[in-house]
Amino acid sequence: MTAKTLFEKVWERHVVVPETADTPAVLYIDLHLTHEVTSPQAFAVLRSRGLRVRCPDRTLVTMDHSTPTDTAQIFGGVPIALESAAQQIRQLERNCAEFGLDLIGLQDDRRGIVHIIGPELGATQPGKTIVCGDSHTSTHGAFGALAFGIGTTEVGYVLATQCLLQRKPKTLAIEVANRLQPGVAAKDLVLAIIGRIGVNRGTGHVIEYRGPGIEALAMDERMTVCNMSIEAGARAGMVAPDDTTFAYLRGRPRAPKGDAWERTVADWRSLRTDAGAQFDQTVQLDAAGVEPMISYGTNPGMVVPISGRVPERPGDAVFARALEYMGFAPGETLREKPVQVVFVGSCTNARLTDLEIAAKVLAGRKVAPGVRMLVVPGSQRIKHEAEARGLARVFTDAGAEWRESGCSMCLGMNGDTVPHGQYCVSTSNRNFEGRQGTGARTLLASPATAAATAVRGCVTDPREFLN
Amino acid sequence: MDPINVIRSRTVVMPSSNIDTDQIIPARFLTTTTREGLGAALFADWRYDAAGKPKADFLLNRPEARGCQILVAGRNIGCGSSREHAPWALLDYGFRAVISTEIADIFRSNSLKNGLLPVVVDEATHGWLVANPGAEVEIDLPGTSLRLPDGRTAGFPIEAFARYCLMNGVDELGYLLSQADAITAYERRVG
Repeated sequence: MTAKTLFEKVWERHVVVPETADTPAVLYIDLHLTHEVTSPQAFAVLRSRGLRVRCPDRTLVTMDHSTPTDTAQIFGGVPIALESAAQQIRQLERNCAEFGLDLIGLQDDRRGIVHIIGPELGATQPGKTIVCGDSHTSTHGAFGALAFGIGTTEVGYVLATQCLLQRKPKTLAIEVANRLQPGVAAKDLVLAIIGRIGVNRGTGHVIEYRGPGIEALAMDERMTVCNMSIEAGARAGMVAPDDTTFAYLRGRPRAPKGDAWERTVADWRSLRTDAGAQFDQTVQLDAAGVEPMISYGTNPGMVVPISGRVPERPGDAVFARALEYMGFAPGETLREKPVQVVFVGSCTNARLTDLEIAAKVLAGRKVAPGVRMLVVPGSQRIKHEAEARGLARVFTDAGAEWRESGCSMCLGMNGDTVPHGQYCVSTSNRNFEGRQGTGARTLLASPATAAATAVRGCVTDPREFLN
Repeated sequence: MDPINVIRSRTVVMPSSNIDTDQIIPARFLTTTTREGLGAALFADWRYDAAGKPKADFLLNRPEARGCQILVAGRNIGCGSSREHAPWALLDYGFRAVISTEIADIFRSNSLKNGLLPVVVDEATHGWLVANPGAEVEIDLPGTSLRLPDGRTAGFPIEAFARYCLMNGVDELGYLLSQADAITAYERRVG
């Protein structure tokens, strides 16, 4: 038998109709995650053509993107401040009622960022095909699922047929040797990877992250890595499922139970790249050489170790424009740079272990004067857990804001924004111009770096607090 | 969706690489439940000042950009967010094709679904287009080629089925719905 990659195995299991020269493959989708921002126009198409949702039980619907994180607006009876966002939320409620979909709604205890609650509920599983009208769907690949972002037209296709038309992508192996050093996070690893390969090397490819440096990561960390695959241009990033994966999923509400669990795990164990299987491209990286990273520019490939300097690229007009936007000069050090905002949150870094590390840095300390720090848990469940464990108290005692779950300040569309010209060290995934608000200047970093920066009020190496 | 055959137009050239979909349309314009009217928000943060007035030096605000249907962009246009609002905004503004040396996957897929033609050309052709903004060029979809004013042509790749859909002004949903029996058989087989 031909040796196959993990991706090929998952792909082949889902081919309904094989591809030909004239037509792409019809690919079956096991799980469709849906949210308020990229679905209304898709439901409108179903309505106009008289179509129903083919598989309501394969459709997981929630609200996170334009949904506010202010407690009073979620639970306190205060109207949602952004009228258009309120309309979008009401439209999703109407669409779910009309099309017979179970909605994880505004006050539901299971609500959260769509890419955080899928795994949390055990709906995300190895070997599944998972799509969502959101590019960070790549997160779910951490479980050995083939998970990728789609546009709204395709959201409609999946609602109506549970299938997509797809050409088979290429494969890119990222082999990570050794382990991360203490005080260095999965976020630093993925930023180092993107810094190395650039923001477009993954275009047309599915990434498989492999090697000892990946196997040593916990599930929360693998999700952080896979989450940012799209920032290297790859629609999907995968990690082969192993005992770490199975231990995470066991007992979760939507995971298989009893005998079915044992049978399913036995099958999941076959979802590994065979010895001798070929990738279209391979990149190697040493985890032990990765330092805490920070971005200095306007795409996630523009990163340096926190002890490093802004590079110099004379004659590169695009680079010069990015630095002008950021207010940085070539050759400048980023350490000690004052910041005005710190954001811990997003589908990249708002899981419990992210909050734990931020709390470890903040415990017994205060957010520096003049700095606004927002800590936004990835789900209501994480929120409750963080409160039960005393983490929330650490944040509020330090002077940080502790909010309801949602996408929040990752993208400026729900009321949480960074003011024009201000610097924000953010645990999110994109430092594009205006991403966090018009004129906002984003520095991407890990939760530990974000928390250390909040304490000192300037860009800080977290190892000062951790080691 | 109107069928596409030949697109003939002057170009607007934005040579920056990695123009992401947050630039094409910032997230604050995504709290909408329709796909209409997004052209006004196209490149909003580059196009308007804080008071909402058009910036005179931005390309799309110059008189020569008026009526241009072809956007020539630097490498990796459309990276980032999967928002389909990006091609909706470009189309609503009046663009019908985007030319680059590389187009990000999700943006490319979304563009094809809406009749915004993604055209990937070689470096030399792209270099000529960047050096000659406003040139009148012709994109021939049936022939999958781009013709420059001096008659030179360059081919571009496009997935066969997407091309068929664009040339006939149909979407893929009809085809997917026609596979209902195969989908049901798959569901029975996999269980």
